[in-house]
Amino acid sequence: MGESLVCDICGKLATVHLTQIINNKIQKVDLCEECAQQKGVTDPEGFSLADFMAKNIESSIGPEGIEGPAVVCSSCGCTPRDFKNSGRLGCPDCYDSFDSLIKPMLKGMHRGETHVGKIPHGLLKRVGLRREINRLQDNLARAVEQEQYEDAARFRDELEQLLGKPEGPQS
Amino acid sequence: MSPSVNIKRLLEARAELTDGGASGAPIVMSSRIRLARNLQGMCFPGRAKTAQRRDVLSTCENAVAQLPHMQEATVLHIDELGELERQVLVERHLISRELSQGEAGSGVIISREQDCAIMINEEDHLRIQVLRNGGSFEEIWSVIDEIDSKLEEDLDFAFSGELGYLTACPTNVGTGMRASVMLHLPGLVIDSQMDKVIRAVNQMGMVVRGLFGEGSDASGSIFQISNQQTLGEAEQDILTRLKGEAIDTIIEQERNARQRLLENEPEKILDKIGRAYGILQNGHVLSSAEAMSHLSLLRLAIDSGFIQEQWRGEVDRLLIEMQPGHIQLAACETIDSHERDTARASFLREETRRIPPPNL
Ligand SMILES: [Zn+2]
Ligand SMILES: [Zn+2]
Repeated sequence: MGESLVCDICGKLATVHLTQIINNKIQKVDLCEECAQQKGVTDPEGFSLADFMAKNIESSIGPEGIEGPAVVCSSCGCTPRDFKNSGRLGCPDCYDSFDSLIKPMLKGMHRGETHVGKIPHGLLKRVGLRREINRLQDNLARAVEQEQYEDAARFRDELEQLLGKPEGPQS
Repeated sequence: MSPSVNIKRLLEARAELTDGGASGAPIVMSSRIRLARNLQGMCFPGRAKTAQRRDVLSTCENAVAQLPHMQEATVLHIDELGELERQVLVERHLISRELSQGEAGSGVIISREQDCAIMINEEDHLRIQVLRNGGSFEEIWSVIDEIDSKLEEDLDFAFSGELGYLTACPTNVGTGMRASVMLHLPGLVIDSQMDKVIRAVNQMGMVVRGLFGEGSDASGSIFQISNQQTLGEAEQDILTRLKGEAIDTIIEQERNARQRLLENEPEKILDKIGRAYGILQNGHVLSSAEAMSHLSLLRLAIDSGFIQEQWRGEVDRLLIEMQPGHIQLAACETIDSHERDTARASFLREETRRIPPPNL
């Protein structure tokens, strides 16, 4: 099981990794330097991982079973606890399922909160196609309104052609 | 245990890292970019069942087979490789340690020149890596960008307009890009400046780690510098910042440190180089850490003009081939660390015999 790179408290890069056995279970925390100092983790004697977990981790994830059914990703069955333990999500849909957990984490981790950079060409094409469909639909509506039926027929043909394309949206 | 035909061919072929840049470059050993990509609607490898992993493996293999860049590439399945073979691939930077411990349904496809390796079902469905001996990010980016765009014609990548390419670990989300250089920094190490460098680079949101061993006294003085952040900054901007703010500065500091050392305490450096050369040619027991630091000093001697430029590529090859996996694979068996140190010393005696003595 890999170490999580993310501080359990603030989401910054974790450099302090602790593992202890609590109630017959192996539990771990990953902290950044600052949070580790603040929570007294660096004090070798006065620190109990059990207390720490109770105070800090449960509050961010929420104790299981108290707020009704725990959040589960409906696509893959992953829970926030699975994520916490492995540092990995279960599937692409987990980003939606655990939105409120992941968003604050990304804030401390990265330079921004939204993607700038490469977009898959296929997606660009689909976005472009949708724009063209919207334009034709507007034109068609206007033509019908102004009773220009010849134009309307032409726009309808063009639309049908676009919608019939395999990479067009399934609607 | 003798290596399979596939691995043998990889070892004997001319490879980008060992022969790519002819005589290599001072300080900058190699550069690489990797992209993390996942398939829409599929569990990430860590959560997927074996059957799903096998599906993803063959889907991805078929897509990679369409790439012009990957014609005559070697296709390897991790569960069909012996332990030493996996270790050798790790030592050649062709697969990650994580993939080497992978389960059924993990694989790697390695281009003929060994400058591109595509791992399948590591932490993400696809980890595309392109590397260059020495090398510039612009050139690597144009190659990997093209590979990625071609793959995307056949594969439906998990992508969100807001978060970009979706990855198993949120630390990679966005561009999914990690760019890194391997720098040879003996000057800064001898001058005890690495701690300072590591701290400064960390504050820029980038990471420095020793390639062999941890912290500021990594053996061989070889360090990897990479970007840590992947979201909120475009690929080109990440590369420009990594190079402009971190790498170029470190290279200049290393140059200054070398110059200072050679001016202020030349006998200290010359003594280190002379001893390293002597031990490599005459030693009988050499651990990899020790061999690493001697080879590192030989590289420094070449950069400083004490040994001709043409031997740098040779030293880079030895830095890879003296590692434990390679030594054992050459011996065709797993051997304990003491026997390994003996085998390594005799390998290096043989290989460094041709290198002329440094003109100190
Ligand atoms: Zn923290
Ligand atoms: Zn999921």
